[in-house]
Amino acid sequence: MSDPVLQIRGLHKSFGALKATDDVTLDLREGEIHALIGPNGAGKSTLIKQITGEIAPDAGEILLRGRRVNGDDAAARACAGMARSFQVSSVAPDFSALQNVVLAAQGQSGATFRFFRPVMRDRGLLAAARDCLARTGLADRAEITAAELSHGERRKLEIAMALALKPRLFLLDEPMAGMGAEGAEALGGLLDRLRGQAPILLVEHDMDAVFRLSDRISVLVYGRIIATGSAEQIRNNPEVQQVYLGAEA
Amino acid sequence: MTRVAAINTALAAGLLGVALAALWGGEVFIITLATKVAILAIAGAGLNLVLGYGGLVSFGHAAFFGLGGYAAGILSHHAMTYSPMFGWPVAFSGTTQMLWIWPVAMLVGGLAALLIGALSLRTSGVYFIMLTLAFGQMIYYFAISWPAYGGEDGLPIYLRNQFPGLDTLDPIQFFGLAFVLLMAVLALTAMLARSRFGLALQAARQNRQRLQAVGIRPGGVLLTAFVISGAITALAGALYADLNRFVSPSMLSWHTSGEILVFLILGGTGRLFAPLAGAALYITLEHLLGGISEHWQLFLGALLLGVVLYARGGVIGTLAGGRRDV
Repeated sequence: MSDPVLQIRGLHKSFGALKATDDVTLDLREGEIHALIGPNGAGKSTLIKQITGEIAPDAGEILLRGRRVNGDDAAARACAGMARSFQVSSVAPDFSALQNVVLAAQGQSGATFRFFRPVMRDRGLLAAARDCLARTGLADRAEITAAELSHGERRKLEIAMALALKPRLFLLDEPMAGMGAEGAEALGGLLDRLRGQAPILLVEHDMDAVFRLSDRISVLVYGRIIATGSAEQIRNNPEVQQVYLGAEA
Repeated sequence: MTRVAAINTALAAGLLGVALAALWGGEVFIITLATKVAILAIAGAGLNLVLGYGGLVSFGHAAFFGLGGYAAGILSHHAMTYSPMFGWPVAFSGTTQMLWIWPVAMLVGGLAALLIGALSLRTSGVYFIMLTLAFGQMIYYFAISWPAYGGEDGLPIYLRNQFPGLDTLDPIQFFGLAFVLLMAVLALTAMLARSRFGLALQAARQNRQRLQAVGIRPGGVLLTAFVISGAITALAGALYADLNRFVSPSMLSWHTSGEILVFLILGGTGRLFAPLAGAALYITLEHLLGGISEHWQLFLGALLLGVVLYARGGVIGTLAGGRRDV
């Protein structure tokens, strides 16, 4: 397989005595969905925030396509192709769905300090944004204010915004949280297609979806990765069964 | 025409109409009040850019307003007393030309905003409010304690500064200047709000984390808006100094910051014409209620309370309904 898109090497992060990230090494390869699972408090969100640049790690390296990005802030990493969705939907609520995606396309274009032409008449940005909305099934909801979209639609809107960034990789933090079975299934289909565009690091609690979609799964417990492997390997790993899947497995 | 556009047109036409009717009726004082509304609305438009669109509660805009006023006052003071302002690299003894005074005022206001903004934008929320307030008060006390330009007594402008082809001492002509500038500033605000920059600015108000996640640093966007805002408010200050033919430190005090905030809240924060609606309402109340009781601000307080509790969109929001014009 080709070089990993994202490599994390020996990452450490402590909050006082709590080791939130303990020597995490992980990679994300072209074309895959790599799921990160683990019980509540395992440090999944802390890990994601270190990757996106919201939290600085105490030690270790983060490489994006072979380049060290430890010193870059969140905006620079987004420009370099890290597209993320948030655990709790994070969009601009007063903007329409279309404006939200145009904002992302504008971020991708790198030209924000333009003061004269109306942005909502910029054909290039609009075409890119409408395409992303169409691919996430939101084409006919473009003019709706984000605050008035349903929970599931806001989830999709975040993915549309991620798409507009022309990402090298997706970091999706519980994209299915709070969605009904039907919504989760539809979103699963969308993620399945997305991996062809850019690999996905997926944090998710919906185990059915994780085992169905993922090429590889890493299990995080108390900040440590205790196992990485295919769905089959993880399902049959005795340590994982013991600490994570418990009696269910 | 949308409802908001109709209201905006009515407001602009109303201000113009009041001034023209007053001219016809010979009510010079009313023309002066209309001029005051136009000038204060420009100051409010400056604040609206950062507060209404960018979500930054600045409690220090009096600094820019006052600096603009002092720029006008100091330049004309030197020109009228033939005293050199500085002798190097070229001898310069001020000017009474508004076409020079305005850019200088805007430059001074913009630079002050750059400094204050660069330091204050490191914080957010209540700390930002307190820092802008603190910087504003620093400049206020500096003006009070600096005797060269009148200190606490302020600085008179004996003759209103000049504009080519106009008699600025004629109330209606000076009103015309202020009105045209107000319309220009509002057009500029509308253009900025719709631009790429405006989209990012309004996103910064709603969700800075999201803005960052699409690769745009909120800090630079907000600082740019703060500088433009400071320049606009300083322009209003220069006009205000000429209106009163007097600059005093009170232009710099936090009361003034508060008043500019009140215009916006009354008018409807984040609405393009909010500064005009708010300033017009404020000045009208001051004029009408002020004639009845010197405690008229008590009524203003009650009105403000009502707006904050029941009509968040202010005058424009209540009349036009619906959302901010993003």
